[in-house]
Amino acid sequence: MINSIPADTPADEQVWDSEIKPQSNLFDLHLKDVWNYRDLLLLLVRRDFVSFYKQTIFGPLWFFIQPIFTTVLFTFIFNKMGGFSTDGSPAPLFYLSGIIAWNYFADCFSKTSTVFRDNASIFGKVYFPRLIMPMSIVVSNLVRFGVQFLLFIVIFCYYLFKGAAIEPNITLLLFPIIMLLMALLGLGSGLIITAMTTKYRDLAFLVTFGIQLLMYATPVIYPLSSAPEDYRFILSLNPLSGLIETFRYGFLGKGEFYLQAFLYSTIVSLVVFIFGLVIFNKVEKNFVDTV
Amino acid sequence: MALAIKADNISKAYQLGEFSTGTITSDIHRWWTLKRGKEDPYLKIGETNDRSTKGSSNIVWSLKDINFKIKEGDAVGIIGRNGAGKSTLLKILSKVTSPTTGGIKIKGRIASLLEVGTGFHPELTGRENIFLNGAILGMRKKEIVRKFDEIVNFSGVERYIDTPVKRYSSGMYVRLAFAVAAHLESEILIVDEVLAVGDAEFQKKCLGKMNQVSQGEGRTVLFVSHNMSAIKNLCNSGIMLKHGKVVVAGDINDVVNEYYLGDMSDSDDLDISSLKSKRAFFSSWKLLNGVNDTAMFSRNQCHLNFDFTTNSKIEGVEIGLVLRDNRGELIYSCNSRDNGGTFFDLDEGSYNIDFDFRFPVKHGHYEIDIAVVSKEEIICQWVSKKKLQVLSDFQSPLDEKWLGIISEPLKFSYGSASS
Repeated sequence: MINSIPADTPADEQVWDSEIKPQSNLFDLHLKDVWNYRDLLLLLVRRDFVSFYKQTIFGPLWFFIQPIFTTVLFTFIFNKMGGFSTDGSPAPLFYLSGIIAWNYFADCFSKTSTVFRDNASIFGKVYFPRLIMPMSIVVSNLVRFGVQFLLFIVIFCYYLFKGAAIEPNITLLLFPIIMLLMALLGLGSGLIITAMTTKYRDLAFLVTFGIQLLMYATPVIYPLSSAPEDYRFILSLNPLSGLIETFRYGFLGKGEFYLQAFLYSTIVSLVVFIFGLVIFNKVEKNFVDTV
Repeated sequence: MALAIKADNISKAYQLGEFSTGTITSDIHRWWTLKRGKEDPYLKIGETNDRSTKGSSNIVWSLKDINFKIKEGDAVGIIGRNGAGKSTLLKILSKVTSPTTGGIKIKGRIASLLEVGTGFHPELTGRENIFLNGAILGMRKKEIVRKFDEIVNFSGVERYIDTPVKRYSSGMYVRLAFAVAAHLESEILIVDEVLAVGDAEFQKKCLGKMNQVSQGEGRTVLFVSHNMSAIKNLCNSGIMLKHGKVVVAGDINDVVNEYYLGDMSDSDDLDISSLKSKRAFFSSWKLLNGVNDTAMFSRNQCHLNFDFTTNSKIEGVEIGLVLRDNRGELIYSCNSRDNGGTFFDLDEGSYNIDFDFRFPVKHGHYEIDIAVVSKEEIICQWVSKKKLQVLSDFQSPLDEKWLGIISEPLKFSYGSASS
């Protein structure tokens, strides 16, 4: 039975499992909740893959087609026609490494940056930790990167046996950390953008072309060493520069490894990620009313 | 029994109209005012949510100071007209959005079903969607595996389980979606009007399942619907909202009655001066042999007296009277020509018109609708805002659960068959 009760009834002795309140602590991120929904994360990743190649002829082959064609094109245009330096590494290997790493970051960033808008209908109808959605995007992209990375390894081995001038070295061990940092950076900035686009849509447009421009401000199609001295500092302000350069250095042994640059990237990635988490967490509670 | 949900003073404000244009400046203004510890300049307190009247600010309180307690194992119907705040309340309870002020304490897991098939992906098969949808609703994978056969069985779409759901008929889609939701293992289940879809057989199945959930398994169910018979069947208590406030809460029969009474008023505030220009009008009615002007006991004679005025002569008159129950269901009708009456003429002037008949109905409120007809043309028709109240002079052990319509004296006896 229900009774209307006066507001100032003293709190009873009962134990409550949860409480819905207007404003909670900014740093209460409900990470335990996220863990409880881990199965959903995996199912969402699975959904992304299954729906990706349903009713296509090539199916999962599409994961290879895009980077192969881009590599061929880049090799032809930038290396053969434009005469861009690849620091002495075999051009296809140089571009492929840049492309798959860049794609990984760019997809993490651009897809998480629209997560509120894309999922407004689900978010408006059922509660689950909102963070699951962008996290599943990152994991999906990680898997996709993994598949493309296999392609890279195959071509890498081909050049290795051919005796090309590549020198894999100890920084290779940083590879998993680089992947993690790129994910955190992409996710973090995506979360910031998506949280803000619930109110100000302009940012969504900014992201679409901004990300294309950002690629040229990142050493994807050129090595950092080939940039003029004056601009090198500006380029290394981009936290991605340190990550992609280190990734390449580990496999190809060309270019340089600057510990400072790497640490700088690490710190920026972590800060962006934490900031993204907090702002996302703040917005997720009421975005349904404004989106 | 312990409480499952306790809501303290929850309110929810919405901003109306355009959002984004020029709000950056007002956002900064608001932020700055709040920063200085003052009240939000864009929230005006005290305005209620009535969608038909224009408010002075573009902030509207969809819910205002809602308090209630729900006990464990209760089945609670939430009713109210469109825009009363039902959906907002459910959204807050299911954590889709948060209240502007106030708080809710909850014991147990909440599963909410505000829409069937949330997150269904058209390209995925029925099987894949069961897992995805189940996980979205908060089930663990092993839980779904365990209940998979049961879900498929309940949905009745076994044959299509490995077909993408985009090839499903809308009925099959809904069946599958409800089947997943019906097998959630939460202590509290929140269901919005999802039963409007699906065929009659499936609707019955869904109601049966929800009944089982609330009564059989002792789980708490919150159910929003405009279907009062479903609500009465399913729920034992209710909350009625109006303009974002709790109007009445308690036993489901009282709440449903209140809902039906909705617009009832104690008097017909007729504007006599405007009536004067009409050809003819009714100005009031009263009961002549009731306990007062509007109430009578069941099975007594119903002697209704109407004040009628005509501003011109009417020829070939007949008068029809109709009584409807709270649901708008026609209960009784009669005509002045019934039982051999004839057409008659009325000169200009005022008249008393009497209807005297037996009205053996169960207790409740009945709407009075009377019309004067001349040569098959309706001269005037009047639906009174006052309702005829029929009182009960006995208490049935089953009370309102089996109300029905007719109430006649009962002769009941029993004896041994062998004698």
